[in-house]
Amino acid sequence: MTSTFLPDKRTGPGAGSPPPAAERRPPGRARRRALHWLTAAGFQLPALVLFMGLVLLPMLFALYAAFFRWGGFGMPSDYIGGENFTRLFQDEVFLGDLWRCLVLVVLSLAIQLPFALAMAVLLNQRMRGRAVYRMLFFAPYVLSEAITGILFGMIFAPDDGFADQVLGKVGLEGLGGEWFADPSTVMATVFLVMTWKYFGFHMMLYLAGLQAVPRELTEAALIDGASAWQRFRNVTLPLLAPTLRISVFLSVIGAIQLFDLVWVTTAGGPDHHSETMAVTMFQYGFKRYQVGYASAISVVMFGISLVFALAYQRFVLRRDLEGATTTMRGDGK
Amino acid sequence: MTVSQKTRGGRRTWGLHLVLTVVGAVMAVPLLYAVLSGFKSTDELSRNPVGLPESWVTSNYTQILGSGDFWRLIGNSTLIAVGTTVLIVAVSALSAFSFARFAFRGREALFTLFTMGLMFPFAVAALPLFLLLRSLDLLDNPLGVILPQAAFGLPMTIIILRGFFRQIPGELEEAATLDGCSSFGFFWRVLLPMARPALGTVSVLAVVTSWNNFFLPLLVFTDAQWWTLPIGVQQFQGQYSAEYAKVFAYLVLAMVPALAFYSVAERQLVGGLTAGATKG
Repeated sequence: MTSTFLPDKRTGPGAGSPPPAAERRPPGRARRRALHWLTAAGFQLPALVLFMGLVLLPMLFALYAAFFRWGGFGMPSDYIGGENFTRLFQDEVFLGDLWRCLVLVVLSLAIQLPFALAMAVLLNQRMRGRAVYRMLFFAPYVLSEAITGILFGMIFAPDDGFADQVLGKVGLEGLGGEWFADPSTVMATVFLVMTWKYFGFHMMLYLAGLQAVPRELTEAALIDGASAWQRFRNVTLPLLAPTLRISVFLSVIGAIQLFDLVWVTTAGGPDHHSETMAVTMFQYGFKRYQVGYASAISVVMFGISLVFALAYQRFVLRRDLEGATTTMRGDGK
Repeated sequence: MTVSQKTRGGRRTWGLHLVLTVVGAVMAVPLLYAVLSGFKSTDELSRNPVGLPESWVTSNYTQILGSGDFWRLIGNSTLIAVGTTVLIVAVSALSAFSFARFAFRGREALFTLFTMGLMFPFAVAALPLFLLLRSLDLLDNPLGVILPQAAFGLPMTIIILRGFFRQIPGELEEAATLDGCSSFGFFWRVLLPMARPALGTVSVLAVVTSWNNFFLPLLVFTDAQWWTLPIGVQQFQGQYSAEYAKVFAYLVLAMVPALAFYSVAERQLVGGLTAGATKG
């Protein structure tokens, strides 16, 4: 038992290549290698079954169902080719979903992440109460997005809600309004709540990144006469780049799949003005029983995530991921 | 940095604290407002939405705590979180062990497959997953939430654990083997006990993710008997939409477990998230 299961080659970091074949083969070597492979594969089996069965298989099925007119019961049989997709890209609500996703991404990159970075820089200094601020800013991240949404739905209730009441008390009625109920402010309100909930998470990532910036470098720049801004711009920021790239990536993926917050506050309303791709998919798949059409939405969401992820990995993330996914080394990239 | 801090430190810290206090207030006020509103009657809340309660009404909170419904939600959320975590950690640890300590054909391809899983939001697979669960008769069954949550949590957990397992020196494994340990014996008796901090980190991540999940339980549980906390809160709000004070009390009580868990597991949570993000 013990010697047959002994791995014949141990894997240091980066050892991805198979063991050299040009060696003399002692008897039983092939059998031992087969056993070794079986042991390794056996450890992988539960994860593989779970992942294949519940992540990959459903996705493949959606890809299939997207080519049918199908109410969701029995097997799909009414094949309609690419009709669901052509309909999708003429559907004003879905095109609006894409536009709103883009708006959220742009707002996040332009406002939320820079704000998180500013807070991280402030909290990276030695100061009294630093741990308290850090904990407070991050706390909303651990709350359920649905529960957070319900809370802010009540805070931003028109007129009676806390927000309008406070603005009225301090003489700023003009700033108040219908919030989630007004088509022209609903996305801004959604973004406000997203920022409240998620900027602390990005701040924590940046803080971890900032802690890894060697002190000697900023000090050397200081001695060379660099101003605080120059030190930040030319020393800290470049070293923080890997963290920033990951944070941007997570932010975009978050915008693509946004559902909980919108569902509990507006369910996509008023009149689709805050609808997201996931909400539209939910409406068609679970409320109107146009499951083929809803599958097409899933497939497009998947396609957008895939294209974004691959492009981002190819052009932006590659260097950062290399440490984790040593795959690149084996196939000569 | 130290020089500038000494020369104009006082003024700068003052401004710094002002900014942080303002941001801190914006973060804290919604939560405090909810807590205070829970201590008002709905009448008072419409008359006096902003100030302290005129008389502190505790009945909103005690009624909820005295009802079986609330505790059933807590129980369901706990069951599902624990089930998900146990499954995710067990399955990922086996897989990460194999990735970290074995060289085998197809290893890197398989690992890439798992890392690809990181890239895809759950919402994308929600509908086909629902259809699959329905055909497996797993709707209104906690396994219908536990199994998919575990499947979607695998990539991150495997990546974190693999990184940790790789750091454990190979000599240990050789020594264990010489002492007559099988591969699984080494994994079980040597590696897992050593990996306790990493296991703690991934467990905390799994618990928080499961506890806050809304979309999947919304799809899977139509029977109120299985509702989890976020679903229960949404239902309660729908049912008592006119009684604001009650809903606020409910929201506050629903937030307490997550915040309490955060306060005891902050280190693991933050460590896990930053490790996951920088390694994945």
